[in-house]
Amino acid sequence: MYKILKADFIAPNVKSFVIEAPLIAKKRQAGQFVMLRVHDKGERIPITIADSSSEEGWISIIVQGLGKTSAHMNTLEAGDHLQDLVGPLGLPTHIENWGTLVCISGGVGTAEALPIAAAGKAAGNRVISIIGARHKDLIIAENQMAELVDEVRISTDDGSAGRHGLVTDVLQDLMNEGITPDMIVAIGPLPMMAAVSNQTKEDGIPTMVSLNAIMVDGTGMCGACRATVGGKTVFVCVDGPEFDGHQVDFKELGMRQKMYKKQEAESHKCFLERQMKKLKAEQLAEGV
Amino acid sequence: MKREKPQSFNSVPIKERLTIPRQDMPEQDALLRSTNFLEVNLGFTPEQAVIEAQRCIECASPTCMDGCPVNIKIPDFIQLICKEDFVGAAEKIKEDNSLPAICGRVCPQETQCEQVCVVGKRFEPVAIGRLERFVADYAMEHGSDTTPVFQKPEPSGQKVAIVGSGPAGLAVASDLIKEGHEVTVFEALHEFGGVLVYGIPEFRLPKAILREEVANLETKGVKFIKNFIVGRTMTIQELMNDEGYDAVFLGLGAGLPRFMNIPGENLNGVYSANEFLTRSNLMRGYEFPEWDTPLYRAKHAIIVGGGNTAMDAVRTAKRLGADEASIVYRRSEEEMPARNEEIHHAKEEGVKFMNLVNPIEFIGDEQGSVVAAKCLRMELGEPDDSGRRRPIPMEGSEFVMDVDMVVIAVGNGSNPLISQTTPEIETNKWGNIVADDDGRTSMEGVFAGGDIVSGGATVILAMGAGRKSAAAISEYLKAKVGSVV
Repeated sequence: MYKILKADFIAPNVKSFVIEAPLIAKKRQAGQFVMLRVHDKGERIPITIADSSSEEGWISIIVQGLGKTSAHMNTLEAGDHLQDLVGPLGLPTHIENWGTLVCISGGVGTAEALPIAAAGKAAGNRVISIIGARHKDLIIAENQMAELVDEVRISTDDGSAGRHGLVTDVLQDLMNEGITPDMIVAIGPLPMMAAVSNQTKEDGIPTMVSLNAIMVDGTGMCGACRATVGGKTVFVCVDGPEFDGHQVDFKELGMRQKMYKKQEAESHKCFLERQMKKLKAEQLAEGV
Repeated sequence: MKREKPQSFNSVPIKERLTIPRQDMPEQDALLRSTNFLEVNLGFTPEQAVIEAQRCIECASPTCMDGCPVNIKIPDFIQLICKEDFVGAAEKIKEDNSLPAICGRVCPQETQCEQVCVVGKRFEPVAIGRLERFVADYAMEHGSDTTPVFQKPEPSGQKVAIVGSGPAGLAVASDLIKEGHEVTVFEALHEFGGVLVYGIPEFRLPKAILREEVANLETKGVKFIKNFIVGRTMTIQELMNDEGYDAVFLGLGAGLPRFMNIPGENLNGVYSANEFLTRSNLMRGYEFPEWDTPLYRAKHAIIVGGGNTAMDAVRTAKRLGADEASIVYRRSEEEMPARNEEIHHAKEEGVKFMNLVNPIEFIGDEQGSVVAAKCLRMELGEPDDSGRRRPIPMEGSEFVMDVDMVVIAVGNGSNPLISQTTPEIETNKWGNIVADDDGRTSMEGVFAGGDIVSGGATVILAMGAGRKSAAAISEYLKAKVGSVV
């Protein structure tokens, strides 16, 4: 069992967890992920490691409660335990001094971009962060990012913070200002990574994306996480998770991510019903 | 050296033994079992076991032992069954094979011990596998009072790390703990057993039996650590240099699934056998949504391949409620690598066999889900490198059939993790670890065996490789102590 040391909501439905994991903390590098199971009948899900401390023996992850497992995870609090946790998995991010590195992130991807931004900065890059969200309340890790990088720019779909528009608009602004990135790392929802890759392809700017595929074992055995990159099938868990964004078949991956949409909805509904029953029972008990 | 013949306890006169028919093992009704995940075979009764054991003619030079990859003393344990000392018979097997309840179920005896049984030359061979299974189960159920207590050997003071808890790793652990070494098994997944837990379905090998075997090893002092992926959580060098392991055994098993490299293989509903079986067996997808891991329940499933894994997958698809679950195999039934018993059981359960058919494309709908398979009919030509007749596409034979699930069961490649993280261990062009007959790799103190060395093979061959490695590791450790003193 793996103890949760801290658990705090950092945005609506988005929770940050600090988990005791001394061995993983000691080894993990930017870009790597863990597989976890919340309970003894749970599924295995991959989550990128956001931060860690080898001295204190913990890792942190950010979970957005979208489906059954993530919703269940987000009911856990400090002192609770995870059933299973294994890692660090996947190849670490390749970092070098490119010159100007632009980290583009959206949703919980911003927390996952932190270690890459930090490593990029440490390698001597000028690092610019572009953070995108639908609404200002959904922006996470902005302050942590600001401490790491040279400049942070924000975009929101509704204009509630930063530039009214998408991350690709901010990227265009940068280019218009004469800043040409030498390397772009995009982490976040698939459509965002696809849009960024599409835009930078024309300008020939190298773009790395961190793919979030469905996995079962996560260790190179089952082949669930396959994606098409450069016309070839790759396994995201051991060949990735980072790939050249210009080579990724985003359409196929998008469809593969929705493979269990129906089952996920069913599972989520069952979970919510059980939660509702529990709450009602608790209320009843309190009432008596 | 000639073996001493075991004492005979067979009361049936030699001449009459050949008149006893081979005993059928009771099994679940085919129609019933095709809707549940309970074990198909039910095992001999004690009476049946004794009758079957009495069929053994006690050859002066028995060949059966040579047919067994771990050389179980088959004539000896059969006589103990005749004596009705079932626990003693199980103990006799365990001298050479630590997992008889598992091997009695999944070994291909018909191509090993039973194939060379002298009785089998003119009659049906003695059912050695069924007898092994019977005594192992009997000992598990009744043995605790009469089984000799494991005498913990003098500690050697040396530590061995075993990477992977599949058949090879368990065999190594079982042998080395008897030598007094400190043995730790590291497993990447959240349950122990490797392919025995993620690959082989409950209806062929109940997980409770596996858990019992692991618990037995734990009682003997083997340490088991799960959720630990060697190469990533800790490297082999760190295990040896920082954690003080004197030797390491790599029983990593088969790796990434092979695909056919045809269009449409990444459509939703197209699984590798590894994924489909892992979702069902390890993750209990067949109990979704009670268990969280989802799994497709197809109406028309095809499974591409003709091995045991393909049979496991097709029988699983059937149990998940498929109206039609078919094997699609590019050669004929004669060339199928699957065990006859599995093919026979699959047929009984209503599995369709489309032999001499090969898919060339999978077709999807707008959501990216597979809806059809385009196939060619094949005919057999001259034998190829494998000695089997080569399948050749028949001209103009293309046809399309509706399917809503495809499982590709055409074998596995190797896991790239060790070559990624430990380049000093030599691998071949397929990514398999290069090891000599005793499992020695190119890195000192590191041994390997099972599918990671041989490529996809059987449980018993992995165990055989594990036992050879265990002997070599013991030898290596003794020499190491000698050189230090």
